[in-house]
Amino acid sequence: MLIRRPSDIKPSEITPEYVYRTRRRFMRDSLAVAAGAGAGASALALPDSWLEERRVEPGEPIGEQMTSEANATGYNNFYEFGTDKEDPAKYAHEMNVDPWTVEVSGEVAEPGKMGLEDMLAGIDLEERIYRLRCVEAWSMVIPWIGFPVKKLLDRFKPTADAKYVEFKTLHRPSEMRGQRSLFSSIDWPYLEGLRLDEANHPLAIFAVGMYGKLLPNQNGAPIRLVVPWKYGFKSIKSIVSIRLTRRQPVNTWNDLQPREYGFYANVNPNVDHPRWSQARERRFPTTLFRPNYIPTRMFNGYDEVAALYSGMDLARFY
Amino acid sequence: MDRGGVAGGSKFVLMSLPPVIAACSKPLVFCLLAVPLALLGVDVWREAVAPGSALGADPGEAVVHHLGSWGLRILLVTLAVSPASRVFRQPRLIRFRRMIGLWAFTYVVLHFVAYLSLLAGFDVINVLVDDVYKRPYITVGFTALVLLIPLAATSTRGWQRRLGRRWRTLHRLVYPAAIAAWVHLLWLSKGGFMDPFVYGLVLLFLFGERIAYSVRRRRAVSDDR
Repeated sequence: MLIRRPSDIKPSEITPEYVYRTRRRFMRDSLAVAAGAGAGASALALPDSWLEERRVEPGEPIGEQMTSEANATGYNNFYEFGTDKEDPAKYAHEMNVDPWTVEVSGEVAEPGKMGLEDMLAGIDLEERIYRLRCVEAWSMVIPWIGFPVKKLLDRFKPTADAKYVEFKTLHRPSEMRGQRSLFSSIDWPYLEGLRLDEANHPLAIFAVGMYGKLLPNQNGAPIRLVVPWKYGFKSIKSIVSIRLTRRQPVNTWNDLQPREYGFYANVNPNVDHPRWSQARERRFPTTLFRPNYIPTRMFNGYDEVAALYSGMDLARFY
Repeated sequence: MDRGGVAGGSKFVLMSLPPVIAACSKPLVFCLLAVPLALLGVDVWREAVAPGSALGADPGEAVVHHLGSWGLRILLVTLAVSPASRVFRQPRLIRFRRMIGLWAFTYVVLHFVAYLSLLAGFDVINVLVDDVYKRPYITVGFTALVLLIPLAATSTRGWQRRLGRRWRTLHRLVYPAAIAAWVHLLWLSKGGFMDPFVYGLVLLFLFGERIAYSVRRRRAVSDDR
């Protein structure tokens, strides 16, 4: 398919500055740089030292140009802070993410509510360089720092009846101006869900960082889901609750516009969104006069998840 | 009703302005309406020199969005001219209407051209078949553009004279065009509806004033009899 051979690509094209740092014990370097630049504006869920003290397994390059950190942190859909792409970067600092607790409930043998730092104790972090395809037909390549969803879920021992996982974003209108908006049609809090076998797939991760740093608030600090073979809205941000269920949970966009957004929301160039063609995408970085259009790939190019959907009509379960 | 440029009784604001400013008012309004385009031009220039410097992560989308929202705003300003001339008793305001309307049309056309080139890559067949036909928000936006074309084409005094009474009838197309433009905005919004709400309110007010005016006028006529 369209995967270019590594030899076709200049190293400078695929190896941004921060990756060099990864290979040179990048955590210490990058945090020192961030501190030096005074970039600590957003509140951190976890102490700065938390990431610094951890080893992060460097990610595999995917042979595609990385999206710049400025694009990935300045162009976001996070309607809790407004509907413009620039709103989250402007207003997400109003959200206080320290302290942060996450509740795990439902079909688990050992439910619990605990502080994020305790919850993540002993979990190894790794970097994952993933494509992120938004349902609005733009896409990015982002180096996340996180760990497989399964690792966390297993700690709470899902029961045999657990078939789905429901995730919930923080609901705090006093700090999230989009939730106070009179003109929002969204029924807060934001909800998302996965089938348990999807959540347990090794590609599905919880991210706590990106570009070698803790997640900025506008990208879903302090902990978010990243499911790279699904449209971006599935990758719910700033998670406060994880509930294992027997029945398919509600997900916000499906609830709002069932004809436009499904529960599965797998990236699929053959099923158009009523308002956009999904056959291609604008990959960032893009330029004004030479837009970087690329064809969209089934499952966003992550063919290894296809087995999860064998026998399903993906035009019906979109 | 108001007749362009003919009515003379501008007693208040315009007459009380210093003659120099009054004489310059048309070029002033012209320049004012060009400001959003000029600002965009600066950003496009900066973007061309240093990609990523001025228009954010998705520059094509930003340009299309900027032109579209100014097109709608200026279209609403055009529709506000005759109500304003009545409410503020300034019949001479009407002489700005053609220019404002043509500016609205300019922004709308540039909006479409930017969409066609920057977003659709001049893929005309795909755009016409796939977008205009299949996607209702584009269908309705395209309709607004098409409705405005005859209005821009017949905006000259010559056409006004040639068409006589029919000119006014033809130019009532601006009402469905404005509604279509508003529906275009409504249907492309997702999740947040502040913009459609505000513009819708303005549109309602402008239509409401016209209806109230024509009711009043009809009453006045029937009272005379």
